Amino acid sequence: MKETALTAVHQSLGAKMVPFAGYLMPVSYAGVNAEHECVRKGVGVFDVSHMGEFLVEGPNALDLVQKACSNDASKLVIGKAQYSCMPNAGGGIVDDLIVYRVKEDTYMLVVNAANIQKDWDHISEINEHVGAELRNISDDYSLLAIQGPKAAEAMQSLTSVDLTAIPFYSFEVADFADIPYVIISATGYTGSGGFEIYCKNSEVEQIWNKVMEAGATYDIQPIGLAARDTLRLEMGYCLYGNDIDDTTSPLEAGLGWITKFTKDFTGKTWLETQKEMGISRKLVGFELLERGIPRKDYIIADEEGLGIGQVTSGTMAPSLGKGIGMGYVPVAFSEPGTEIFVQIRKNLLRAVVVKPPFYKG
Amino acid sequence: MNIPSDLKYTKDHEWVRIEGDTATVGITDFAQSELGDIVYVEVETLDETLDAEEVFGTVEAVKTVSDLFLPVSGEIIAFNEDLEQEPETVNTDPYGAGWMIRIKMSDPSQADDLLSDAQYKELIGA
Repeated sequence: MKETALTAVHQSLGAKMVPFAGYLMPVSYAGVNAEHECVRKGVGVFDVSHMGEFLVEGPNALDLVQKACSNDASKLVIGKAQYSCMPNAGGGIVDDLIVYRVKEDTYMLVVNAANIQKDWDHISEINEHVGAELRNISDDYSLLAIQGPKAAEAMQSLTSVDLTAIPFYSFEVADFADIPYVIISATGYTGSGGFEIYCKNSEVEQIWNKVMEAGATYDIQPIGLAARDTLRLEMGYCLYGNDIDDTTSPLEAGLGWITKFTKDFTGKTWLETQKEMGISRKLVGFELLERGIPRKDYIIADEEGLGIGQVTSGTMAPSLGKGIGMGYVPVAFSEPGTEIFVQIRKNLLRAVVVKPPFYKG
Repeated sequence: MNIPSDLKYTKDHEWVRIEGDTATVGITDFAQSELGDIVYVEVETLDETLDAEEVFGTVEAVKTVSDLFLPVSGEIIAFNEDLEQEPETVNTDPYGAGWMIRIKMSDPSQADDLLSDAQYKELIGA
């Protein structure tokens, strides 16, 4: 079991620690509902150092990113980030990721912890024909997500950069918490705004401590993975392994907006064909109309009780007080407003397809 | 960890209060703290007669679903309907307002097979 550089800190804070993607990670501290609300209304900090980071450098760097990823990285200027995915040759998704353009010929790819090895193998194979300089720096770098509407105000004293001036999906390489150079990125997985800080493992404890100190007057709280999941699901953000995987296409998953056919990439031919033929199933969001909580792998049914799909993510939405979920259904059932049913134990519960985000702020 | 001495316990982390041939059932302080924030308690077996160890309901935390097992055989004569609106009571008051069901025991001698507070304490290593 791997640990992040902050494991002892989490344990001293009384975190409940669980194995996740090969790492021992904090799943909750004070309780998921309180943590969820803290991020929605104030500011919270997550240790998400299990996430993987690859550096792609050299004159062929852009070429590799373009071949591996579905979004168009040629649009990225230095200081901008982009959500993307790596399709496989059969149109499935190897991983979803964020691409940062750090320097002229340097890109950082931030990938899911559970997929680090798989992604590395996949992109290394593509790179055999490209020849970019590729480095896996996952074990040397930490990542803190400072999220919530008060994040910028609470963290401003820690940096010379004007935090409110960093546009969404942009970043600065600048001083933070007395560390001269870290990446301060206006990104996140919560829908409540805030920043992600990439730094070296040796720097993260100092940064964590100063973040907690600066945030104290804003009642900053440590937030675990359980609330990270409810926060992202209320926004309808995909979780790899649940809502997308090696067998789901980005077009089915509603990720057409990051699939750019104006450039070449692995899986393009397959996906172009799928686009021309039309998809047969689609990832939708739904809300339960009756009391109950949808869970991963529960059956989605039509009004006659016939199975039409499966729940890929589900929870009781803390901000909404009702059961919400996502899942793949035939296109005929995918329009918002369509009534569907979820089999929960012995009961078929009524639900309605909605267009995420579930939480509208 | 709060483990009242006047209650009986099961290996499934339920507590049982025996009063005559009636048994009141909930989940233990240990169980609620392991589950985390409880968001739903579902009992659809009211008025049914079930055997010990049959599933009488489910308790859902944000991240998990757990079956609830009947500690002793009998008829489920009451469900704590307050939990429909305020399931978090199970977290805040597991042995009091967070009770779940009452059973009319069909064989009160089964109560002798339940764990004592000391045995339960040993089970959870408290």
